[in-house]
Amino acid sequence: MMREVDVLIVGAGPAGMSAAIRLRAAGLSVLVVDEQPAPGGQIWRAVETVAPTTTGKLLGDEYRAGQHLAAAFRASGADYEPQTQVWQIEPGWHVYKSCAGQAEVIRADQVLLATGAQERPAPFPGWTLPGVLTVGAAQILLKTSQQVPADPVWVVGSGPLPLLYMAQLVRAGGRVAGWLDTSPAGGWRRAMPYLGDVLQRFGEIRKGLGWLRELKQAGVKRIRNVQSFRALGDGKLKTLEYTVNGGGTRQVPAKVLLVHEGVVPSIHMTRALDCAHHWSDQQACLVPDVDEWGQTSLRGVYIAGDGAGIAGANAACTRGELAAIGIALQAGKLTAQRAVEQALPLREQLAGQQRLRPMLDAMYPPRASIFAPSDDTIVCRCEELTAGDIRRAAALGQPGPNQIKSFTRAGMGPCQGRQCGYTIAHILAAEQQRPVAQVGFYRIRPPLKPLTLGELASLDLDGEK
Amino acid sequence: MAKDYDYIVAGAGMVGAAIAAGLAGQGKRVLMLDGADTDLRAAKANFGLVWVQGKGYGNPHYQRLSRLAARLWPAFADELERETGIKLDYEQRGGLHFCLGQAQWDERALRMGQWQAQAAETGSCIDMLDRGGLERMFPAVRWGAEVSGASFGQMDGHVNPLRLLAALQAAFLSRGGALRSQHPVLDIQAQQGGGFLVHAGTEDHPTVYGASNVVLAAGLGSVALGPMVALDVPLRPQRGQLLVTERVAPLLPVPASGLRQTGEGTVMIGVTQEEVGYDLSTTTDAAVRMSRKALRVLPDLADARWVRHWSCLRVMTPDGVPVYAESTQYPGAWTALCHSGVTLASFHAGPFARALAERKLPDSLEIFHHERFDVSQAA
Amino acid sequence: MFRKLHEPGAQALTLTIDGVPVRAEPGETVAAVLLRQQTAALRTTPVNESPRAPYCMMGVCFDCLAIVDGVASTQTCLVTVREGMRVERQFGKRSVLP
Repeated sequence: MMREVDVLIVGAGPAGMSAAIRLRAAGLSVLVVDEQPAPGGQIWRAVETVAPTTTGKLLGDEYRAGQHLAAAFRASGADYEPQTQVWQIEPGWHVYKSCAGQAEVIRADQVLLATGAQERPAPFPGWTLPGVLTVGAAQILLKTSQQVPADPVWVVGSGPLPLLYMAQLVRAGGRVAGWLDTSPAGGWRRAMPYLGDVLQRFGEIRKGLGWLRELKQAGVKRIRNVQSFRALGDGKLKTLEYTVNGGGTRQVPAKVLLVHEGVVPSIHMTRALDCAHHWSDQQACLVPDVDEWGQTSLRGVYIAGDGAGIAGANAACTRGELAAIGIALQAGKLTAQRAVEQALPLREQLAGQQRLRPMLDAMYPPRASIFAPSDDTIVCRCEELTAGDIRRAAALGQPGPNQIKSFTRAGMGPCQGRQCGYTIAHILAAEQQRPVAQVGFYRIRPPLKPLTLGELASLDLDGEK
Repeated sequence: MAKDYDYIVAGAGMVGAAIAAGLAGQGKRVLMLDGADTDLRAAKANFGLVWVQGKGYGNPHYQRLSRLAARLWPAFADELERETGIKLDYEQRGGLHFCLGQAQWDERALRMGQWQAQAAETGSCIDMLDRGGLERMFPAVRWGAEVSGASFGQMDGHVNPLRLLAALQAAFLSRGGALRSQHPVLDIQAQQGGGFLVHAGTEDHPTVYGASNVVLAAGLGSVALGPMVALDVPLRPQRGQLLVTERVAPLLPVPASGLRQTGEGTVMIGVTQEEVGYDLSTTTDAAVRMSRKALRVLPDLADARWVRHWSCLRVMTPDGVPVYAESTQYPGAWTALCHSGVTLASFHAGPFARALAERKLPDSLEIFHHERFDVSQAA
Repeated sequence: MFRKLHEPGAQALTLTIDGVPVRAEPGETVAAVLLRQQTAALRTTPVNESPRAPYCMMGVCFDCLAIVDGVASTQTCLVTVREGMRVERQFGKRSVLP
């Protein structure tokens, strides 16, 4: 007998937890599944155990705030299955998941995808060397392991996250060897049209300025106008080489290099389901099309949180709540009028929470060089293909990304394009002189996460037992 | 202004690219027109078998054609690799068809015996291996308990089908052919006194090309194109789903129908045969069934991670046997349709392309004409 | 490459990495523990045998694969440590034969 539930939520981060609490209050049965061992998503990783500790303190108030939601989530009556991966969703909705080597299928009336975001893939020569990690990875290590780079670390990147992490690292007694600030010059100038928003939400700005001040006080070296950089080493990272506009090339020793070029919605699941997406030129990424409740182009499939568009943890909570209202409405638990009434204050709240987004997007657009890696740069990490390999294959007629995939194997590794999809699309667009949105993207195939054949074979097909 | 070509080939998949490469090699001026990136494209779901055993059961002409293609393959692969520098990972060391339990073995032995007898003059190419025979032939392989044996086809082999397609297209281009992607054929107009005008590209902005001959090798897309040149070939889609694993250390030395280890080390598992119309969705149900079958043959695969699952639509004629024909009403319009594009690639790029270049299909190909489906004629 | 801010403490547990006992704290991931070891790389790729180590720590890069309690190609950034856990580095194409 297949387990059934009213709503299955994928992801126990800010959006997933908020939605679960509200759905339970509306009287729906809820199952929340998440890959991590504890609730919190990425921003509030391990918040239940870490918030009360010294590490929690140095991570800051925004981090610790997550513990209250986690407690409310635990008390909500939602079924919660951590360390669980969803590997396929089929119409019905049949959700296939795995935990501890056991596959199972659950039938849900409605599905909420609260799978968040990932760091924007930004390939550069040497990025696959052991010792190169994302800033997000380092922050996860700080949160879940209370661990920091053993030696002074080099940070290369742009956006608020590197600032926050470096401030946290410095508070923890770690050392920053230097920061290559890759944000395109003229950030504040681009932010000027949003002065009104800045003044409205100055508290958030003050936070960011505070981090900058901490870094300055700690003597963190900030290097701007970086033209290019590469990671060097034999079998592991040893040296960071960088070139400054108008300046020379420098080589510095490095054992750990942390990189970050912004965050993009995780669209793997929505693409696998063939939901409609639109291309955001500004952020050079796909964003799922959703209605005012967060419902995708597939009836009964919703998305909330950063996966619907980057807006941060607080906005994710609000969107989770809005999705819950929409789901409850569709389930007949609310009248349309009640739904609108409940949503009204949330929508106002959301508008406020999203107010600074356009400014941040303008300040930190992805730099063009991310999408035009040198020929010798590996672009498909899984299959170890370089940009040059892709460009050579692109010369055979005018192949789209799926043909490139067929000919080169790009996108056929386990990550199925999470780290290479956008890069390949941009390379093709440049070679073929076409807009990226027209070039298209890889088709995403199941399983969404690789599982063993033994586990697959042991799945109970409906009606077998 | 329309450009002049000797041949326009509609379709740049396994069949179209092989024919086009062959024609270009004969010195013809050829234009190959390919559809959009996300079109049906049966060529992205070939299993990669270059297969003879059991082909054309009940149709000795097709059996003979498959044998011929397999004999041509080694030289064909060699030439293609040398010309393009693309490694095809072609191997011809035989192939297996597994039997589980004694009943399946007896059935297979009987069927293979009958199959060989249908074209007895071609000589035997099948060995029936019982369990002991299988173990002796492949001492390092750990077979599942239910494996009672297999039919071993001496002429069978396998190749990397995606690289094969890339190589055919590359050879075509280096032989002087022209390839237009994102240019599906929209309309074909036979001209008075011979020749054709082909409209391709986007509906509102098509390009017009002119050629003396047009070859329909567009798989299921040929259903729409055929009537334009009186080549109404009945076709239906048949869905095939397949699975592939992560790369693993060598495990299976020769390919089998439904199970083969590729040159990269991945293991391919397949294939379903579903009559579901133009439905390309994959089903976890099918994935479960296919994995169970594979594990009955090679239980050690249980530990391997399944990485991808996709489906495609086979180009099925009513009897599953290829169609090769010239239009009676519009000479110079040809069609080539089959679901065994990999095995027949050597034939398509070789003898078939040469015949097209001469503008005359040999009598031996008469039986592949689609008029065999015209029931009203038979009555 | 990385170090902990404090020692694992009273709640510490022991797991083995390639047979060598290593201390870890409850709640941390196997990938985090691997990043503390002397050997930087935790695997080599099945394509070109290139050395790799964790990159994203959140399950979207698949570079942190190792053999955990006999199960190969496991994303170690998604596995929480357990007393007695056996972790082995994975090199090249993993074998499914015993």
